[in-house]
Amino acid sequence: MAVDKIEYDKMMKKASPNSKAYINIPLAFIIGGLICVLGQFLMTSYEKLGISTYFSGTVASITLIFLSALLTGLNLYDNIAKHGGAGTLVPITGFANAVVAPALEFKAEGLILGLGAKLFTIAGPVIVYGVTASVIYGIIIYIFKLV
Amino acid sequence: MEILMEYGKAFLIGGIICAIGQVLIDYTKLSPARILVLFVVLGVVLSGIGWYQPLVDFAGAGATVPLSGFGHMLAKGVKEAVVEDGLIGAFTGGLTATSAGIAAAIVFGLVIALIFKPGDKS
Repeated sequence: MAVDKIEYDKMMKKASPNSKAYINIPLAFIIGGLICVLGQFLMTSYEKLGISTYFSGTVASITLIFLSALLTGLNLYDNIAKHGGAGTLVPITGFANAVVAPALEFKAEGLILGLGAKLFTIAGPVIVYGVTASVIYGIIIYIFKLV
Repeated sequence: MEILMEYGKAFLIGGIICAIGQVLIDYTKLSPARILVLFVVLGVVLSGIGWYQPLVDFAGAGATVPLSGFGHMLAKGVKEAVVEDGLIGAFTGGLTATSAGIAAAIVFGLVIALIFKPGDKS
């Protein structure tokens, strides 16, 4: 738990380098918006290449995850995140960054409990609570016959 | 022109969702990890009550790229699977719908972490 707390604090610092909300919030809007525009560009491009509308969003997400993982490996995503705050945290690229960064940092502790475990430092809770919420939703709509 | 409108809508909605995250960072004590969890769970809830799909229809990637879109995919997958398979769908639908993203994050995360050296965080 202690390590996780340090991890969170580090992420916190990265996402909020200064406390000037009147700068942070517009910056988050612009950078987050631009990442979404990139996602839209990828979706549109994949559809032009003949990928069905059903899959274009998924392939665009995979591309964004790859780009973010690569930029994190090159230590570039953190530099963007210094300015982007939530604009770089909230998009799927922020999720990918949160997967790669701790894995990379704790690689020295071994491939299993270092890299392998730390990969899920942030992704773990996101998947745990996301999946649980969706299962509860599924049980509710099943019981009350809402679909 | 239509394509510019598409980008404009993606920028606007995606930007607003991220700005909400920044408001939470600046005005609450929520850590980024909690914000990510909050956005995913909110995505599930908003999708469940039928509010998120209209946002996706309007803004495209502006609504699907933020992590709330991941929550929406979980809920949408569960809904479709419950229609198809009944109660078991509540358990299969979410991860099935989001499997590509999760697998990509795991595999790219592993490969990148193996290839690169930890950077100077200072």
